[in-house]
Amino acid sequence: MRDVAVVGVNMIKFGRYPDKDVVRLASEATIGALKDAGCTINDVEILVSGNLYQSNAMVGQRIMKEIGATGIPVINVANACATGSTAFRDAWMSVASGAYDVALAVGSEQMGKMGLLGGGGGGDRAYRTEGVMGTGIMPGVFGQAGVEHMRKYGTTQEQFAKVAVKNHHHSMGNPYAQYQKETPLEDVLNARPVAWPNTLFMCCPTGDGGAAAVLMSAEKAKQYTTNPAWVAASVLTSDPYQERNPTMTDINTVTRIAAKEAYETAGLGPEDLSQVELHDCFATAELLHYENLGLCGDGEAGQLIDEGATAIGGRIPVNASGGLLSKGHPLGATGVANIVELVWHLRGEAGDRQVENSKVGLAHVIGLGSACTINIIKK
Amino acid sequence: MTQEATEEKQTKPLLPFIKVPDNYPDEEAYIWGSKCSDCGSQFLGERLACGKCGGQTFEEVRFSDEGEVYVFSVVHQGVEEPFVGAIVDLKDGPSVRATISGLDPAKVDAGYRDWFGTKVKMYIEKVATDREGNDVIAAKFKVV
Ligand SMILES: [Zn+2]
Repeated sequence: MRDVAVVGVNMIKFGRYPDKDVVRLASEATIGALKDAGCTINDVEILVSGNLYQSNAMVGQRIMKEIGATGIPVINVANACATGSTAFRDAWMSVASGAYDVALAVGSEQMGKMGLLGGGGGGDRAYRTEGVMGTGIMPGVFGQAGVEHMRKYGTTQEQFAKVAVKNHHHSMGNPYAQYQKETPLEDVLNARPVAWPNTLFMCCPTGDGGAAAVLMSAEKAKQYTTNPAWVAASVLTSDPYQERNPTMTDINTVTRIAAKEAYETAGLGPEDLSQVELHDCFATAELLHYENLGLCGDGEAGQLIDEGATAIGGRIPVNASGGLLSKGHPLGATGVANIVELVWHLRGEAGDRQVENSKVGLAHVIGLGSACTINIIKK
Repeated sequence: MTQEATEEKQTKPLLPFIKVPDNYPDEEAYIWGSKCSDCGSQFLGERLACGKCGGQTFEEVRFSDEGEVYVFSVVHQGVEEPFVGAIVDLKDGPSVRATISGLDPAKVDAGYRDWFGTKVKMYIEKVATDREGNDVIAAKFKVV
């Protein structure tokens, strides 16, 4: 595989855009990324578009029609919440394999207020399972995942709640976040319960968004920049057999095997990371992933958040962007936006939330069902 | 037509891994599944192949009505009354998603540590009537 550089990135502020369509959201980000790279759509040799809810509607081709239809190959990708990051990986593969020199990864989604939280259970009342035979909705699943950690290690609801306090605090420095609002610990714990131990402020909002990245071979990148970011590893896994899965979704194993492969490919370890953007769709998930990604030992995640090690300024800042909890989680856009965030930090362009002297960033996404992507981006 | 439909009224499982015996309700419905002949892995309901080893021969197994609470959440989202949504490990069997009665959702903060490993028993309950007028039954769990 060849070295691949990320030369241009951009995203729009995540939020709700009822007056625009998804192609517009994606195109705004794409035009921004091309401008950032110093190239045009005419330089792009392949486009990979990540979009989940409109995956049957040729979003990639419609972006091309909006910004310049040059006849290049376009691939539309869907992979649950890992849709955008899978699109990024496919774009990376297109260049790393030697098949193309310039690839564009675009992630977009328009969810409005439909929500990940969901009402659960399907349309036909007679066959509603939610609440009748346990829970299968996202909040229930991620509640249970957190409770498993509580059972194994004695982790507390307060420790999970601190994740929300931290990430919402981080969002205060991120003008691209859907929500910028401080949530003190007391407010988090007293917020409306969604699925124990997660309260409303411990669940990510849904919304609309677009993000894009221009990837180039090393040779090509030299023509456009003297300061590219490099893809040190781009990994995609699915969950292997595990006894309770799929009755109980397993977000841990799929992440652990992805992390192992990513660290081996990059020739780096968790101790080499300057920062991490990980999949905090619910606050419970973030603590589990501290351990899954090797940021601390098994059972030590509660202590890691207690010590403030994962806050900006700490040993290993996690979700400096505000994470999905505040930045928002427009499914197809999320995975590409993580890359955008890391590249901004590596360049020193992350404004008030800048992680000092950032050299290596890791982006992690889980699509429940499950898919896990890990992209390690370095200077 | 209406009369015919009533005569043919059946009992249907909410999920396919609940078996309604031919002589139901004389014999109670139960949770069943497949045990891989090659590696012994057990699955709810019917399988084409084993998710662990790929084996394609199975033994049909009637699973126990008894189990233990592994983990849970108290789900408030999308329901009028919060419920305890658990993962129950069936005795000598696989795990199943379960709504538990006998654990008070309002007492989770104070009591959750005592909920782990709680012994529960499955019971069958009619939960709905489908469009054709058939009874739909579910497997629910209560604290023993
Ligand atoms: Zn097997």
